[in-house]
Amino acid sequence: MGTYVPNTKEEQHQMLQAIGLNSMEELYDTIPEEVRLKSPLNIPKGMSEMEVARRMRSIAGKNRVFPTVFRGCGAYRHYIPAIVKQVTSKEEFITAYTPYQAEISQGVLQSIFEYQTMICELTGMEVSNASVYDGATAAAEAIIMSKERNRKKALVSATVNPMIIETIFTYLDGTDMELEIIPAKDGLTDIKIFKDKLSSDTACVLIQQPNFYGLLEDCDEVGKMLAGTDIKYIMSCNPISLGILKTPAEYGADIAVGEGQPLGLSLSFGGPYLGFMATTSKLMRRLPGRIVGETKDSQGRRAFVLTLQAREQHIRREKASSNICSNQALCAMTAAVYLAAMGKEGLRRAAVLSMSKAHYLAERLCELEGYNLVYKGEFFNEFVTTVNADTDKILKTLEDHGILGGYPLSNNQILWCATEVNTKEEIDTLISILKEVA
Amino acid sequence: MKLIFEKGNVNRGLDLLPECDVPVYSLNEEYERKSELNLPQVSETEISRHYTELAKRTYGVNNGFYPLGSCTMKYNPKINEEMAKLPEFTDIHPLQPIHTVQGCLEVYRLAEKYLCEITGMDRIDFQPAAGAHGEFTGLKLIWAYHKERNDTKRNKIIVPDSAHGTNPASAAMAGFTVVNVPSTPDGMVDIEVLKTVVGEDTAGFMLTNPNTVGIFEEHILEITGIIHEAGGLCYYDGANLNAIMGVTRPGDMGFDVVHLNLHKTFSTPHGGGGPGSGPVGCKEFLAKYLPSPKITEKDGMLVFEEKDEKSIGRVKDFYGNFLVVVKALTYMMTLGAEGLKDVSMNAVLNANYLMHNLKDIFDIPFGKGRCMHEFVISLEELKKETSVSALDFAKTLLDYGIHPPTMYFPLIVQEALMVEPTETESKETLDEVIEIFREVYSKAHQNPQELHNSPVKAPIGRPDEVAAARNPVIRYKFS
Repeated sequence: MGTYVPNTKEEQHQMLQAIGLNSMEELYDTIPEEVRLKSPLNIPKGMSEMEVARRMRSIAGKNRVFPTVFRGCGAYRHYIPAIVKQVTSKEEFITAYTPYQAEISQGVLQSIFEYQTMICELTGMEVSNASVYDGATAAAEAIIMSKERNRKKALVSATVNPMIIETIFTYLDGTDMELEIIPAKDGLTDIKIFKDKLSSDTACVLIQQPNFYGLLEDCDEVGKMLAGTDIKYIMSCNPISLGILKTPAEYGADIAVGEGQPLGLSLSFGGPYLGFMATTSKLMRRLPGRIVGETKDSQGRRAFVLTLQAREQHIRREKASSNICSNQALCAMTAAVYLAAMGKEGLRRAAVLSMSKAHYLAERLCELEGYNLVYKGEFFNEFVTTVNADTDKILKTLEDHGILGGYPLSNNQILWCATEVNTKEEIDTLISILKEVA
Repeated sequence: MKLIFEKGNVNRGLDLLPECDVPVYSLNEEYERKSELNLPQVSETEISRHYTELAKRTYGVNNGFYPLGSCTMKYNPKINEEMAKLPEFTDIHPLQPIHTVQGCLEVYRLAEKYLCEITGMDRIDFQPAAGAHGEFTGLKLIWAYHKERNDTKRNKIIVPDSAHGTNPASAAMAGFTVVNVPSTPDGMVDIEVLKTVVGEDTAGFMLTNPNTVGIFEEHILEITGIIHEAGGLCYYDGANLNAIMGVTRPGDMGFDVVHLNLHKTFSTPHGGGGPGSGPVGCKEFLAKYLPSPKITEKDGMLVFEEKDEKSIGRVKDFYGNFLVVVKALTYMMTLGAEGLKDVSMNAVLNANYLMHNLKDIFDIPFGKGRCMHEFVISLEELKKETSVSALDFAKTLLDYGIHPPTMYFPLIVQEALMVEPTETESKETLDEVIEIFREVYSKAHQNPQELHNSPVKAPIGRPDEVAAARNPVIRYKFS
């Protein structure tokens, strides 16, 4: 049996005697007999570290790592610089608590302050929080923060990732806010319907850029439509794309959110990931979660603290802007180290490479009989094609060659994705394999 | 210290990505970013040194004693970290075909099985990313339960005044109204008041047991009985589970829903504020409302069952903070049934030993000289006598190289310090801490000003929080 209890049985006995007890069981004599467990827990006996490692490796071995991946759909395989993993493995960062004791937490606090700055730069917004759980909860929190006394309806485009929509639905269900989905036309938000639906009780609209199908929405038009109204414009963005794409601020958005996983976080079967949230100074006090601010210490030195805490649950309790407490701090630090390593040029290159590979992939796929782009609009690094056989059969064949193909949207449509890690050779190989499937 | 933006130089950077091996696509100009993107322009050496310097200005469990009450800052075993770095876990796309993710499903299924056993629940769902997220999810189950029974007038969640702030905040977020019940002078739920507040509008009741003053609610069966009798459900906040593993279970105390904090009880690290994992457990009659479909074995393969149409729906992308669950499972496998119970007993022993050696001079208002895994000190008297507050006391501890206890919580205790040593501290550490606490107590009487001025040995002195909130500077401005 492994243990992390340092005290030996003798020491435990000494301590028990010191407090006037004879056995460990006596520690629990305030727990009534009726609720005491009568038998040991039915959990296997503990193991030595070597045995545990062997067991866990054998479990891990039942997973299959695909050397080549053309699947995105909300989780993206990008190159993770070596420095990112090294820095975020530092024990001080891993084992620290939320930085309530600012004097001995300047490292974590400064890293969050730097993260907030980078998210503001990326999105063009004025303020950012220290992170929320993921892209889906970021979108849900943004909708909740847009609520006004007389504006309680959220309009969400049908081209937003369905998982995000479902999460929003769960968050709003049972509250006084209402959700309406605006249908898509040709893979894009139907802006005309959007316009018609705006009313005096609309709190916000949510658009995803690039959208679920990889297409670029006409966010300018949405911006124009909402300019001068009290309706909050929320954009959910892919952070890598912001290396080249127009920022939410340039589109006139009030709140920018997104899934930060592409910024140096591994795929990890879906988590931990990172929700980022940024907004205007005007809405700053409505942001959920932690925010780090700069101030001075008693000696006049630069210092960082958790600030604007009057919004938060430990102060406001049921009146807080959100219940969030623990967030994804180490993931936010990961994103910050990633952005520091990439720099402006590196991020731009990751975006251009991803976009170029995806366009090359699309072009090569469309050379195949029966493969056509389903939507005609401009796209970033994901797109949908028809296929010439049942998607199950196609994807199974690719799997046999060590390739995780695109995500099947139906039995004859696939959502493909490429990033900078996909080489021309991989794409050409994919095409030659697909030629054989029909 | 300088910010990373104040280091480096124009055009400095790393060479990380190759040249483009396909034709470069040029984007339609209307979609192109026009605004400047100011990111650091630094070398790898500078990044490495920058974060090493930040690490030096950070205090983790690895740096020393960390008795944050309610936070269970136990040691984070290295094998957990190593297992969570296996490429067969980190390089798995969440939407891979089911037969290629059998290892991930096995992690979830085993962790579910063990946690069900520890809590006395029938199902566990790992989707929630943190404790508060688990609370929200658990409360939505309660909400769905009443809704299905057309019992929609049940819109109130009862919360003790000693509860964690997340409890009422989560209840409000899930659409409930919060009713606070007071504690008795001995720190327990006031049962007489509880009886008067329950009724036809009671949706549920939230409690952590041992409670936030570190004592076990002895009348727990009566409490959960009162709630059930009134038609409500009982929610267990797992923040303090570290005291009772293998001894008693929320499921046996009458709770219907629980959330656990894997980053507390199950040794996964806090990461400076996350990622955590806040799985929700429930009794069978609530299982249909859970966000995730159940994992079962079918024809020798693990699969997700079809999602129940009564599910409250997902509360997050994908399946939860998977790698955190890998760490927690590694921990449970290492300890086994006996080891888990040993954890709880030693957590309680350490807390009692520490308290016993402080109680002659410190005011410990609850527990009559005994506690579970944590205890609360009140410095109200000390403050009256010496002007030294809980804040001063805490800040002075920083100069002794230890992390202070949780301050000013629970709210029902004036000048509170909440101390949770955890089981991973040795007797000699506790003996040193006892000396330090006693020394600081004497200093408070001899030289209170020194305590008001503390800390002096930390990287910074006390920051001006008022200025930070009044005139918020929450990002660096590039010139």
